[in-house]
Amino acid sequence: MPVFDTGVAWLPPVALTIPILLSAAVLVGYRRVRRPVVDAVATAGAACVVAVTAALLARSSEGRVVTWSAGWAPSHGFSVGIVLVSDPVGDGIALTAAVLVTLALVFSWRYVESAEGHFHTLVLLFLAGMEGFALTGDLFDMFVFFELMGAAAYALTGMKVEDVGSLQGGMNFGIMNSLGAYMALMGVGFLYARTGNLGLPQLGEVLDHQPRSTLVVAAFVMLMAGFLVKGAMAPFHFWLADAHAVAPAPVCVLFSGVMVPLGVYAAFRVYWVVFSHQLAPGDIRRTFVVMGAVTAVVGSVMCLTSRNFKRLLAYSTIAHVGLFLSALGYLTAAGTAGALLYVAGHAGVKSALFLIGGVMLARYGSVDEIDLHGRGRDTRVMKWLAVAGGLGLACLPPFGTALGKAISEDAGVSAGYPWAPALFVVVSALTGGAVLRATGRIYFGMGPRPEGAERPDQTSGSREERDTRPLRRVPVTMLAPIVVLLLGSLAIGVVPGVHSAAQRAAEFFVDGAAYQRQALLAAPAHVAAAHLPEWTGRGLALDFASAALAVLVAGVGLWGGVLHERLPLARLRRRPLAALRAAHSGHVGDYVAWLLVGLAVLGGFVGLPHR
Amino acid sequence: MSVYAYVVSVWLLLVGAFGIVRSRNLIHAVLCLSVSQSGTYVLLLAIGYQRGASPPVFGEPATKPTFRVVDPVVQAMTLTDVVVSATVTALLLALAVQIHKRNGTLDPDELRNLQG
Amino acid sequence: MSRRARLMLFLAGGGGLCALLLLGVADLPPFGGSFHPYRTHAVAAAVSHATSNVVSSVNFDQRGLDTLGEESILLASVIGAATLLRPAKDETERAALGGGRTLESTRFLGYLMMPVTLVIGFDVIAHGHVTPGGGFQGGVVVGTGIHLLYVAGNYPALQRARPLRAFEWGEAIGAGAFACVGLAGIAVAGAFLADMIPTGTFGQLFSGGTVPLLNGAVGVEVASGTAVLLAKFLEQAIMIRPGPGRGRR
Repeated sequence: MPVFDTGVAWLPPVALTIPILLSAAVLVGYRRVRRPVVDAVATAGAACVVAVTAALLARSSEGRVVTWSAGWAPSHGFSVGIVLVSDPVGDGIALTAAVLVTLALVFSWRYVESAEGHFHTLVLLFLAGMEGFALTGDLFDMFVFFELMGAAAYALTGMKVEDVGSLQGGMNFGIMNSLGAYMALMGVGFLYARTGNLGLPQLGEVLDHQPRSTLVVAAFVMLMAGFLVKGAMAPFHFWLADAHAVAPAPVCVLFSGVMVPLGVYAAFRVYWVVFSHQLAPGDIRRTFVVMGAVTAVVGSVMCLTSRNFKRLLAYSTIAHVGLFLSALGYLTAAGTAGALLYVAGHAGVKSALFLIGGVMLARYGSVDEIDLHGRGRDTRVMKWLAVAGGLGLACLPPFGTALGKAISEDAGVSAGYPWAPALFVVVSALTGGAVLRATGRIYFGMGPRPEGAERPDQTSGSREERDTRPLRRVPVTMLAPIVVLLLGSLAIGVVPGVHSAAQRAAEFFVDGAAYQRQALLAAPAHVAAAHLPEWTGRGLALDFASAALAVLVAGVGLWGGVLHERLPLARLRRRPLAALRAAHSGHVGDYVAWLLVGLAVLGGFVGLPHR
Repeated sequence: MSVYAYVVSVWLLLVGAFGIVRSRNLIHAVLCLSVSQSGTYVLLLAIGYQRGASPPVFGEPATKPTFRVVDPVVQAMTLTDVVVSATVTALLLALAVQIHKRNGTLDPDELRNLQG
Repeated sequence: MSRRARLMLFLAGGGGLCALLLLGVADLPPFGGSFHPYRTHAVAAAVSHATSNVVSSVNFDQRGLDTLGEESILLASVIGAATLLRPAKDETERAALGGGRTLESTRFLGYLMMPVTLVIGFDVIAHGHVTPGGGFQGGVVVGTGIHLLYVAGNYPALQRARPLRAFEWGEAIGAGAFACVGLAGIAVAGAFLADMIPTGTFGQLFSGGTVPLLNGAVGVEVASGTAVLLAKFLEQAIMIRPGPGRGRR
């Protein structure tokens, strides 16, 4: 009978129970006490979860922490309970979620003024959902916490009930993500019927010894429906722009910073533990590299053409998700390590930019780049924070994004894709350039004042409802999280030993067999220590190149108006661009049609070659 | 007939999606989502069924426990699924109520707030 | 996209997905077969913890973490719906007027069936670990049973019988109680949601260990949540009107 180390096995369930308890407490008490008390309790709760997940991460860096809930450890090779397996990657994401929630709650002290007690309850339940999703090792449990994240998120997105755009965004988000979840549940059903198990290690162990079958391919495609809708891979990504454009800024932080990467994490976790023997690695690699590239390109192009600052940031999240999918899709530990660092650095930078967008909305009543031309000229600190954010997104060293990108490019070349660095450089340059262009226009008044006429096929930012009373000065509770997030992203690129730590975490992540053994047999994990250099010459060069290219893109965007029309390509560009814009229509029926097309394509990629 | 129940579940999923694609009313779309979900109920319960087996409840006072019962795990999963569906549908219907109040219409073709 | 283009796109994607799913489904174990390994272990585990409703045992004992997540989803959705249905800045809540005509028979049946329904609901919750039913099912019966007052034609009576604040508390207390039992499991038995009370005799009312406790917590939460949810929708329809003034919280 295997013996599991119970020293810290109680930490994962505590990480997801604290937010639930506190949300219940807030619900009981919020009418009796004043607002600052509610804020303090919620923020303290999130900070507790930070402490718990940090302790868990410290412990799991030496070996996964396995918890069998309610004490149902395996006997005679079978367990009826639910297993929670914390490895460094899962704990890292859980920690990031807790940190972002804490900072978002601090920002909300002065920023969110309506639906007060309920806002905190929903955010805490959202945190519980994220923690459960990241830490669990059971497929049906993943579905349950996925839906918990979803329920809280739909309500948080549509929170501004006076704003029709919010409600529509919330509805599109709700229908798409729920449909994805139900499809994932069908996939879980297929696997359960085939194996009689629901836990990831057990499923992996049984499927490893079975011949390849269409049922497993169908189960994989259906599971990916759920995870990749959440993870916003093209063509499942349409809901993300709608939801981010309308949700309050602290909520967008949570979506872009951690909820969307969780979808990508789940897809690859399930692949490595359950499907890595059943599905040919070559097929999977090709699938994710191609679809990741498509996602990245679609995201960057739409990003450049957006004038609504929050929608611009949403499209840049989609573009970066495409890059994460590519890096993870190389199916090597090096690619995974690069993706991890890129996700962490991106979380810091993107969250800071969303909070800056929130401040913009609060001060000026709009997030439209063209309407706000020059309005931010008299800010002293905010303009430079925005520039820092833009450069961070463009992967200027030593931001964490730059480190992640450099490692991912290397991994791509080693995996046999020599065009990988070009993709990464171009995408980060385009997205960073779009942010820098918006920053230049709003905070520095650069560029000629464009005609403000709104086009019918473009969402402007000027009709967005404020989240709060108009602000004259930016309070410290809103400034501090922005600074902390940017510094955090910088720290990832500066602190020594980060690459080696990420590489170790990645080795844990891609070793599905060790995951199974450690969960079922309590066999200890062995990971070789690696000492890898942080920055290489080529990585640095490519990073500086993308930052420079981003500045160029921003410049062209600001001053190149005439140039756009004179270029011979302009006419060629107009039709496909208009078609791409029209596809992002805000109509939920379109989105569902694209979902089915994407699943058919995915099924083709994964199922056809070996038949 | 050994795959009939499973084919029904696939049909329900796809017909629900079809309903959302062709829908002219958001309340109709939310209910089509429920239809899609019923496909998962049918699938789970069909997976758990065994011919000639009894229900997995031994009652009070208890009958003699036996292993020849239908699968209780999928029943528990379906119960969870039903609760999730009911509550998420309620949430989406609340959104629909407010959209109708603000926009005067529930036709997705008429809602043009989020283009591009 | 035009409706026709959307339909074409759907047929293309749906056709491909349908083919994949049908091929997959053909590979499933035959309907009604006997390959259910998890079932065998679940029944054995339920009997070992003296719970004669195996589904409840799976729900609250063996896979209790799923149920914690599920009741959190309920909490989040009810609070979310309450947030979405709150009076907006340009609306007010006016007091509900009673009255309107209902048939005598409707009113009689409503008042007669309400206590019966409530008792049935409580019974379903209390016996959830030995007979079919449990916290979720019984909670919905109780939560909707209260609304027979509304069906019988008397909205103000419903409002008096269902003080909203108390039910919000009920929700929170139910969710919190579940979480606390789970944490107590860590303190007492070393594992989250462990079955730590004596399990009693199989097939009797006192059996199952923590399962009846968790059933009760869930029952309280679901009943309160259902009542709050229906209340918010009814308020939207009956009480909230456009007009100046800050909407009442």
